[in-house]
Amino acid sequence: MIREIDVKEITRQIRDMCIEVNYSLSEDMACAMKEAADKERGPLGKKVLQQLKENLEIAKEEQIPICQDTGMAVIFLEIGQDVHFIGGDLGQAVDEGVRQGYAEGYLRKSVVGDPLLRENTKDNTPAVLHTSIVPGDRVKITVAPKGFGSENMSRIAMLKPAQGVEGVKQVILDTVREAGPNACPPLAVGVGIGGTFEKAALLSKQALTRPVGEPAKDAHIRALEEEMLEKVNALGIGPGGLGGNVTALAVHINAYATHIAGLPVAVNLCCHVNRHVKRVL
Amino acid sequence: MEYRITAPLDKDTAGKLRAGDYVWISGTIYTARDAAHKRMQEALDRGERLPVDWKDNIIYYMGPSPAREGRVIGSAGPTTSSRMDPYTPRLLDMGLCGMIGKGKRSPEVLDAIVRNGAVYFAAVGGAGALLSRQIKKAEVVAYGDLGTEAIRKLEVEDFPVIVVIDKEGNDLYKNNGKG
Ligand code: SF4
Repeated sequence: MIREIDVKEITRQIRDMCIEVNYSLSEDMACAMKEAADKERGPLGKKVLQQLKENLEIAKEEQIPICQDTGMAVIFLEIGQDVHFIGGDLGQAVDEGVRQGYAEGYLRKSVVGDPLLRENTKDNTPAVLHTSIVPGDRVKITVAPKGFGSENMSRIAMLKPAQGVEGVKQVILDTVREAGPNACPPLAVGVGIGGTFEKAALLSKQALTRPVGEPAKDAHIRALEEEMLEKVNALGIGPGGLGGNVTALAVHINAYATHIAGLPVAVNLCCHVNRHVKRVL
Repeated sequence: MEYRITAPLDKDTAGKLRAGDYVWISGTIYTARDAAHKRMQEALDRGERLPVDWKDNIIYYMGPSPAREGRVIGSAGPTTSSRMDPYTPRLLDMGLCGMIGKGKRSPEVLDAIVRNGAVYFAAVGGAGALLSRQIKKAEVVAYGDLGTEAIRKLEVEDFPVIVVIDKEGNDLYKNNGKG
């Protein structure tokens, strides 16, 4: 059976999700921030986490964005193959949701229309939209606005297979070390291993939308996540980069098949304002 | 050490601050980020005067989210300072006394801070809602067409920052991340 969905419903959902996600952290992130405050031992690190806790409370109470960089809107649509969209152009409907959400939610317009000419589009569009086709008749929407303090410190490396898992670890640690205070730690670290150049980057972005603290399914990847979280925290960068033992809240790794000649690794860093919200239609 | 200071800043006050000090700033500061810095650079290259005399002033690297009706400003936390590095030494040499941002600075900026007896502060990145409460007045004074990137004059009260680079060239971040 074909299920019809009006694209206006997509617009409405995305508008609401853009606003919601910028005013309060998802449950998983809120929990991770609380745990971080308990774990942190550095004196300045503790102070920063205390300020971030207050910041979250103020944002919610006063309906003001958690961070002034309300991001470029990254949106994933997982579309059931039995869905038929009616009522307009799906891509335009997504952008309209972003436009309405960023206007009505008093969110910052941080997008320039051309990367070289750099004129602000003044409505935060276009979004970065990733669609995939899946079985079924539902549509899963993920809205994950991304700030560029942390986006700018993200890296991709095309390793040789001989560099193996040790090479992967090195790339992750180097990326976090180089980012230091710039990416607004404590971080969520999204890692994509395998695929092709662009697939690795996409995997790393998707890893950031996984509920924080939910481990990977494969045992060897899960073990690598745990090991890397420990190593990243041992760097001592700490909250705000001011020293401490909580540099990251989580390391999430997504892996995919790759070519016999390659080992792509992408590390997408996200700050403590790791915004992601999901809804299913 | 902890200090309460007023802005604009004088070189004596700036000179006594050391990396790691916790400071509350009250007074007048100005915002400017990427696009405003680029425009100022172009203006200087053409031999024009800048819209703000930077002598003894503090620049806050910040572009706020829009204010709701009846509010002074939206969320207002620091942006990454290093993007302003190419423009900064020139402004420091013109008398700019302090900068508030987040993250590392280039060796050229560090040298210019030392040379001029200035200071670089960090505010907590991602605490824009909290920091907005310390901003009592905000007014666009130049480059209004740049929207969030316009130059704003802010009146702040007890605005919390940490000294990262002082006039002796100490850098608070330097030893974090070595582990
Ligand atoms: S990196 Fe994150 S917390 Fe820091 S300024 Fe950007 S969006 Fe805000």
